Amino acid sequence: MNIVRNHILISIDAGTIMSGARAVEDALIKELTKYGLDKEVSVLETGSLGITGMGVVLVVYPEGIYYANVTTKDVPELVEEHLLKGRPLKRLILTEAPKRTIITKEKTGLLKEQPRIVLKNCGFINPENIDEYIAAGGYEAIAKALQTMTPEDVVKEVKESGLMGRGGAGFPTGLKWEFAIKTPGEEKFVICNADEGEPGTFKDRLILEGDPHKLIEGMLIAGYAIKATMGFVYIRGEYNLSIERIEKAIADARSYGLLGKNILESNFSFDIFVKKGAGAYICGEETALIESLEGKRGHPRNKPPFPINAGLWGKPTLVNNVETLANVPEIIRNGAEWYRGYGTEKCSGTKVYTILGHVQTPGLIETEMGTTLKEIIFEYGGGIKDGKNFKGALIGGAAGAFISSEMLDVKMDFVNLREYAAALGSGAILVMNEDTDIVDMLKSVLHFFKHESCGHCVPCRLGTAKLVEIIDRIANSKGKKKDLDELMEITQAMKGASFCPLGQSVSLPVSSALRYFKDEFMAKVSA
Amino acid sequence: MDSEHQCQCAQQNEEELYPKLEEMIEQHKGRPTELIMALHKAQNLFGYLPKKAQEIISERLNVPISTICGVITFYSFFSTVPKGRHSIKVCLGTACYVRGGQQTLERVEKELNTKVGGTTEDRRFSVDVVRCIGACGLAPAMLVDNDVYGRVKSTKIMDILKKYE
Ligand SMILES: Cc1cc2nc3c(=O)[nH]c(=O)nc-3n(C[C@H](O)[C@H](O)[C@H](O)COP(=O)(O)O)c2cc1C
Ligand code: SF4
Ligand code: FES
Repeated sequence: MNIVRNHILISIDAGTIMSGARAVEDALIKELTKYGLDKEVSVLETGSLGITGMGVVLVVYPEGIYYANVTTKDVPELVEEHLLKGRPLKRLILTEAPKRTIITKEKTGLLKEQPRIVLKNCGFINPENIDEYIAAGGYEAIAKALQTMTPEDVVKEVKESGLMGRGGAGFPTGLKWEFAIKTPGEEKFVICNADEGEPGTFKDRLILEGDPHKLIEGMLIAGYAIKATMGFVYIRGEYNLSIERIEKAIADARSYGLLGKNILESNFSFDIFVKKGAGAYICGEETALIESLEGKRGHPRNKPPFPINAGLWGKPTLVNNVETLANVPEIIRNGAEWYRGYGTEKCSGTKVYTILGHVQTPGLIETEMGTTLKEIIFEYGGGIKDGKNFKGALIGGAAGAFISSEMLDVKMDFVNLREYAAALGSGAILVMNEDTDIVDMLKSVLHFFKHESCGHCVPCRLGTAKLVEIIDRIANSKGKKKDLDELMEITQAMKGASFCPLGQSVSLPVSSALRYFKDEFMAKVSA
Repeated sequence: MDSEHQCQCAQQNEEELYPKLEEMIEQHKGRPTELIMALHKAQNLFGYLPKKAQEIISERLNVPISTICGVITFYSFFSTVPKGRHSIKVCLGTACYVRGGQQTLERVEKELNTKVGGTTEDRRFSVDVVRCIGACGLAPAMLVDNDVYGRVKSTKIMDILKKYE
């Protein structure tokens, strides 16, 4: 979890100062600078962490891992292992961390105050400790649902909350659940889509690593609502720490009777299993994912039938994204009305974004739907790096849209962006400064598509190959003006004729790049 | 030397691993839908998927070998040729690309004198590209086995690789 911006809070109090806390702090900063991590990892002083007699104590967020008895000699190893390689340094970990530490926002420095629903616990509780999740109000929502609500009530609440799927398409979650509950079937499944393959996106990973129980609770509620018996988390094969954390969380939940038979002494029985993906972007698409779960090649299926009618092993199957499910416990706990207090009229709640590229502080933020891109980049992201100017951004990952400065004031939500022929997608925002070569960027995007085309249908298989050929030519300044038209024609044809949304969506980055940055393409081609 | 007794160490070691494989996939017996999990385990064990391992999985899980071939070729995680002892995966996802992922890759290829998809002669390293490993905050990123390295500047690469024997 070194990946996102980390905060190291070092406890500075009488006891720790005597143990050499200041020296450890200096050493940390020096060591981080050595690895060029000083901008990504901030070292902050905090008051007593409530731990005494254990030397210098510090806690690394967002994981919330506590280390005790840290000396200057340990610092190089700590930085290298935990902050560079993302492997907590076991030998110094304090196993019995305090229940909860109150950290004021001011203390976390750079971050602008964020309204947190999904990431509420991330960085504030120890994700490996179920008791901490429970102490933070965890599993209250499932208890409330089981004890005071019918499955239909739960579906109604989610529907009224206005929650939209965070996996990219923004489909209303409550509506999907309603379809699921209406579909007859003895056996139904809930699948959590944790394949997260969109380049520039790692929000689901942060949730899985920072608050795995929240996802379990969300799946439990979904399972209860649609009367399912079994759930699967389909998770990217590369996400080792996420896999470890979610597996541990599932085991702990089982031992607390929160998974398994007759949960909380109700009639509801449900269990969750983890399945690893094997490195194919297309498996993020729900029907391909289901094929893969069945142990096959991950080719998309025909729709209809939709998974909700005939999914895993032909049974009704609900597929939701990690972030979508992580919203659910708070909705049930606080009610739909409360949830709609966040965001815009048409699109409620918050969205987790990853801000990357040429910004001061790349990382992950959660903010209300409807926040403008300008705010996201300049307030949360700290503006453009090295005093350069903003040129544009790629929003929603590779299958997203390029935008230019004229769109900085557009309110970001699923509904509004559609009107601008853009898409929020997975929530990745790649910021580009004035020096960025847009042609080169589009080249990278098209190579991505070619690489990830699953080859199942001809328009996409041949189309992506052809697109790469053309963009390479243009990037080498060997292209002709008619090549630009051909790029558009091919993607338009693919939009109509491709079998699944992967091939259909290539048109978005291509047409948006050509719309906003036509000059740059023209400068590279001859008549 | 009698040809029967001519053995390569790598192969000999491999033979010793089969009982282990049988043990590991026991829980997937007769469950074709768990093929991918079983393949993950085999690949972890051998570093690739030898023909014999595929046959064992085919038989135990009750999946035709042709289906297994189809699955292996579909997923980029799986390989049917022996890989190096350590796998290097350079990220060329969009975020890494803007921050110089391509240069990182070229440097790795040059230093190790091998191309993407290839393995060094001493079987120490295999080089592959990946699209986004979720480490974009530290782009350009690179994976060596299970270790994530962020901010890899071309000059630091050899220092990193030194640690892997
Ligand atoms: C090519 C492709 C890749 C996708 N990748 C993901 C993914 O990584 N994660 C995800 O949640 N949804 C992904 N989706 C969307 C899923 O098909 C599906 O719509 C989503 O999981 C539904 O969940 P939601 O309603 O909670 O958004 C992808 C779709 C396509 C076409
Ligand atoms: S559009 Fe592309 S990814 Fe989708 S089925 Fe066709 S070849 Fe596969
Ligand atoms: S693009 Fe390289 S880690 Fe995400």
